[in-house]
Amino acid sequence: MNKKSTQTDLKNLEELYHEAEYWHVNTGEETIHAKRMPGTFRRIKWITMTVWLAFFFGPYLRWNGQQAILFDIPGRQFHIFNITILPQDVWMLALVLLFFALLLAAITSIAGRVFCGYFCFQTVWTDIFIWIEEKLEGPPARRRKLDSAPWDFKKFRIKFIKHSAWLAIGLLTGISFTLWFGDAFQLWKAYLTLQAPLFAWGTVGVFVFFTYLFAGFMREQVCFWLCPYARIQGVMYDRETILPTYDFSRGEPRGKLKKGSRAEGGEQGDCIDCKQCVAVCPTGIDIRHGQQEGCITCALCLDACDSVMDKIHRPHGLIRYASLDEIEGKATVKIHKRPRVLLYFAIMLAAIGGIIYGLANLGALELKVLHERQPLFVLQSDGAIQNKYVLKVLNKTDADMQVILTISDHDTIKLINSGKPFMTKKGRVTAHTVFLRIPGDKLDAERIPVIFRVENVDDTALFAEYQSMFFGPAR
Amino acid sequence: MSDKKNPNDVPDTGHLWDGNLRELTNQPPKWWMNTLYLSGLFVVVYLILYPAIPLLDGATKGILGWTQMKRLNETVVEIEKIRAPYENKLKGMSATAILADDELSNYVVRSAKVLFGDRCAGCHGTGGSGNPGYPVLADDDWLYGGSVETIQQSITAGRNGMMPGFGATLNEQQINDLAQHVVALSKGSEYAPGKELFVSQGCVGCHGMDAKGLKMMGSANLTDAIWRFAPGTIESVKYTIGHGVNSPGAEETRNAEMPAFQHKLSETDIKKLAVYVHKLGGGQ
Repeated sequence: MNKKSTQTDLKNLEELYHEAEYWHVNTGEETIHAKRMPGTFRRIKWITMTVWLAFFFGPYLRWNGQQAILFDIPGRQFHIFNITILPQDVWMLALVLLFFALLLAAITSIAGRVFCGYFCFQTVWTDIFIWIEEKLEGPPARRRKLDSAPWDFKKFRIKFIKHSAWLAIGLLTGISFTLWFGDAFQLWKAYLTLQAPLFAWGTVGVFVFFTYLFAGFMREQVCFWLCPYARIQGVMYDRETILPTYDFSRGEPRGKLKKGSRAEGGEQGDCIDCKQCVAVCPTGIDIRHGQQEGCITCALCLDACDSVMDKIHRPHGLIRYASLDEIEGKATVKIHKRPRVLLYFAIMLAAIGGIIYGLANLGALELKVLHERQPLFVLQSDGAIQNKYVLKVLNKTDADMQVILTISDHDTIKLINSGKPFMTKKGRVTAHTVFLRIPGDKLDAERIPVIFRVENVDDTALFAEYQSMFFGPAR
Repeated sequence: MSDKKNPNDVPDTGHLWDGNLRELTNQPPKWWMNTLYLSGLFVVVYLILYPAIPLLDGATKGILGWTQMKRLNETVVEIEKIRAPYENKLKGMSATAILADDELSNYVVRSAKVLFGDRCAGCHGTGGSGNPGYPVLADDDWLYGGSVETIQQSITAGRNGMMPGFGATLNEQQINDLAQHVVALSKGSEYAPGKELFVSQGCVGCHGMDAKGLKMMGSANLTDAIWRFAPGTIESVKYTIGHGVNSPGAEETRNAEMPAFQHKLSETDIKKLAVYVHKLGGGQ
């Protein structure tokens, strides 16, 4: 390293120290204007944020001429590509929720609040809002200056553009959300012609308001005071969880780096107290105090610290992803040997198994048979006993279907009025009443199990069965 | 989001625990107070718009004029809008035509359920399961016939079948013989002394030579497994023979009157009920 470049670096450091006077830990009283810095984790964050593009573009996907993903609440149907999910299948939703809850637990146990730092809509939207703010108002120092400056035309213009942009994003967010619940193109048309239903407008309004409030003003306060996941995840860490951590044994004792005075092997640690880690923190905490509730583990402080380490020619990683055990120099356990992680993954696998089973056995036909309760049975003039049943046939396909009913043991039990096929409407439950009859002398028990089977007329592989009972008089 | 900068610099109540826990007398946060004021505003607006304050002569009206009855009537209008297309179709159709139409008869089965519960189930039981002295409507045995028109006729004009009592004209032994025969008939056999009486005493006049009853008169089929007046024991049958059914002047006679509904129900409602009863399981 030549002398000149070292000097430039140190000059930069002077600037950092000068700037450091602004940076202090967030106590909630004022807006945090975090410094934005390029770096590895900044790049990763941009990439993970793109996940949310699916939220904006998803509703326009088409599949077989229909909206690929449509949560049709009034029609009580969820369409996900060529799968139609009716309320009857909603148990799978429980498994989906279980899966994601455990995914959150497992990821948190391994690498902390990855969701908070990289994926959470609060983090992502706030980041975009601040990006806009920085583009319009400049870096943090200028923003602070602008905030305290008296109102003039220039300030008004800048603020007006900023708030308009924020509201526009909120509007787009709200509209995109509603598009998942109705035909996207028709709904857009309805919005543009001001013909959308009141409920849609209301939903959009709520989204605009809360996007504007949460991402524009409350920002990290939402993570601190509103978000339950921040708290839940905080208690899911253990000593083996890797988190952005300040390596105190390497950094301490910290102290200002005096110009040219750093003696190799001196007593001072690697932390030069430049407060760059505080400067870039979107929640305004000091990571050097150790793991704390405000840390969303976004790792932007890693980028900041590494850039400083570059300047003072020390190795990277004074702040790095590390577990508590690792920092304290204890032996670390491999992921696949941690019972908690294994248990989480076992439950996740079970949930996935259940979902796959559910999807594979969705079945195009579903049959429920309700036995008439009053009267349970009716004596006929020839001494036979008749029972009445209401069949509820659910046709989950996207076409009306002719089905035919057969019953088990039809030598004794006679199907009275339903020899011919009947129509089941697509996506609906069709009720169909049938009567079964057993001659008096053949009725050998008070209850006889009967299996009902409905079958597609055109495709006998498509069927559904249900076991019910035939009731006779007490004997 | 507290409004004070330094939490150590605020007044307290002077209470101290464990040497360092103070009870502060901070103002609640502004957002919290504002929410409280907004809730208050909501209450005021609500009081003005909706009926709210109970007074001696009823609650205040509210400037929107909202009442529960109005809301109810609105929902009734909504539901009638849904029913209208079906109801309009039913008006111009015969009961037979309704029965032949799957969609309409499904509609009728649903909508006539309440009607049946209100008007019929008191005697005939829920689902037409019958009651002692009142016929089962879910079986295939019909006194007057099980076609939907006949059922409609029965509901419209009522039924009032009559069987004279034979207690005065026959002696105990004869009644017993007749009863033995009638009970035997339902089991597919006969009782010779009773059979003779059955013909000579004129039972055949109403119940027919084959004892299967005449639908024209509503006389019971004596050969099937179903008893108009259950149970089908000798004693019960002897009572019917001795005292008759709706026999004029006889105090202990069996009562069997189906009231007419033509002045109580609309024609459409009667049609609906006829279809409903027909579909209970025994319609012919």
